[in-house]
This record gives sequence, C-alpha cells and structure tokens, in this order.
Amino acid sequence: MSDVAERVKKIVIEHLGVDADKVVDNANFIEDLGADSLDTVELVMAFEEEFSVEIPDDAAETIVTVGDAVNFLEKATAA
Amino acid sequence: MFDLSGKTALVTGASGGIGKEIARALHAQGARVAISGTRREALDALAAELGSRVEMLPCDLSDAQAVEALVPASEAALGGLDILVSNAGVTRDNLFMRMKDEEWDNVIAINLTASFRLARACVKSMMRKRFGRIIGITSVVGVVGNAGQGNYAASKAGMIGMFKSLASEVASRNVTVNCVAPGFIESPMTDALNEKQRAAVLTTVPMGRLGTGAEIAASVVYLASSEASYVTGQTLHVNGGMAMI
Repeated sequence: MSDVAERVKKIVIEHLGVDADKVVDNANFIEDLGADSLDTVELVMAFEEEFSVEIPDDAAETIVTVGDAVNFLEKATAA
Repeated sequence: MFDLSGKTALVTGASGGIGKEIARALHAQGARVAISGTRREALDALAAELGSRVEMLPCDLSDAQAVEALVPASEAALGGLDILVSNAGVTRDNLFMRMKDEEWDNVIAINLTASFRLARACVKSMMRKRFGRIIGITSVVGVVGNAGQGNYAASKAGMIGMFKSLASEVASRNVTVNCVAPGFIESPMTDALNEKQRAAVLTTVPMGRLGTGAEIAASVVYLASSEASYVTGQTLHVNGGMAMI
C-alpha cells in the first residue's frame, strides 16, 4: 500500500469510526461506510489538511470511494 | 454565566445603533471583537471606546467580493472566528406596487445575500473546531409583515428560513445557528419616525415603550454563549410583547 493510501485510510478510519478491514479501495463513503453528506465534506477538509492541497468543490464531488480519494491525492501530491 | 473570554466574534453593521450595542456586549463578556460597517467614523469611535481586543474591518456588504473577504480577514485578525453576528441591514421602504427592482435587489443583497455569504464562509472552520455560533439579526417584520416593507420583510423572513436550514446541517458539529428578531428599537431607523407615527407604534407594544439596543445585545450574548449550546434553529423575539409568536 502506498504512503498516500495509508494516510487516507487512517483519516477515514478515525473520522468515520469504522473498522480498518472495511476501508478498502472500492468502499463508498456513504453507501458502505455510513457517512452522511456532511461527513464527506469533512473528510475532504481532513484530506486537504493532511496533504496540504486544495480540493475544489467539483473535484470533491467525484471523490465517492476510498480509491477515488487515494487516486486524486496521489496525483495532486505528485504534481 | 455567559463568559466569552477567549472567544472571537465578527459583528456586521457595528456602526449602527443595534450593532454597536452587540459589539459592546460581546466585548464586555470578554470576547475579541471584529467590528465591520460602512460608517468609518462610527467604527473609529467604537474601537476607541472598546480599547483592547477589537479589530476594525470596514466593509460594504453590497460588494460581493468585499463580503467574501470579510470572514477570512476576521479570522486572520482575530486568530479564528467563533461567533458571527450578521446584523447589518438596510431599509428601502416603498409601497409594493411602487417598489423598484433596484429597491428590492439592494435590500435582498445586503440583508439576505450578504448573510448567506458570511455564514457560508465561516461555517467550514466552525465545523472543524466543533464549535460555532451564527446569529442573524432579523426582525419581527419578517414574521408578521409590514406595509411598505415588502423587500425588508422578505429579506428578514428569508434569513430565518435560511438559518434554520443551516442549523439542521451543522447541529451535529456543535455549531448553532439562531436569529434574534427585534421589535421596535431605539435606533436611527426608528428615530426617522415622527411623533405621531411613534405614538401609533407604541399602541401596538404592550410594554408601552421602544426597546433598546442593549436589550437586543443581551439576547445575542446568550445565544453566543456556551450556556446556549442546546438552542439552535430558533428565533428569539425581543419586542416588548408586540408579537407573541
């Protein structure tokens, strides 16, 4: 697992209070991990802080699974 | 009770009668206060009176960009923002059938749209902190209506509905969103009434007098305090019994 993936998963586990084994790449924040829409906003805020990047609203809307977040942040931090 | 030491607050319309009292009251409870308004001299005088723990941020709320910049400027000046008091408001009274689009747009822009933008700008960091107080100063007119004030009443009713919606969204993050609805209060707005109008107004107020800015400010202090932590989505009517809602 990449460093980015590990950090993303740690944030998701802490923030949503879910078991680590549920936080897999294709886990949907809302459908699989029990997040509400406000949780997803807060997750994006937490990612922004952790990775010191800005995630614009239209990009944030495309981040619906753990894998989406990892992909986005890998690209954003590689740039 | 109601100690605001260590808290930071932004008060818009602080160069006006009620806003000035709100800023004074929050400051007296220990808060650091950013005062915003359009009348520079009035802000200067208030800042001088309060002395320490005060920042002056003049802003024209009809200017969208200036509104967007106000919350970040307050956060920078105060080191964060715990309390937003969206108090600034204008009237452009006219009979409904004579009301110009421009009179409508101007009142909606300053009273409602600016409140929306300010609240939107500060809610993110409040959610993150798991603490925040957003307080809108609306009006009894927003609930009961008033001849000649279709635009003003709409803006104030809009604020109530808007803030109830926001209150529902952020309640789980310990951010509360409430309104205070003044009735007839001694202020430049009511000074404009002539004696006859004033007497007519007072017949509708069971207490038989106008309220004071300080009486509005006390309600704001309460809603801003930690003690009001379970109060959200409410409108506190401060009107001498004029409307019992």
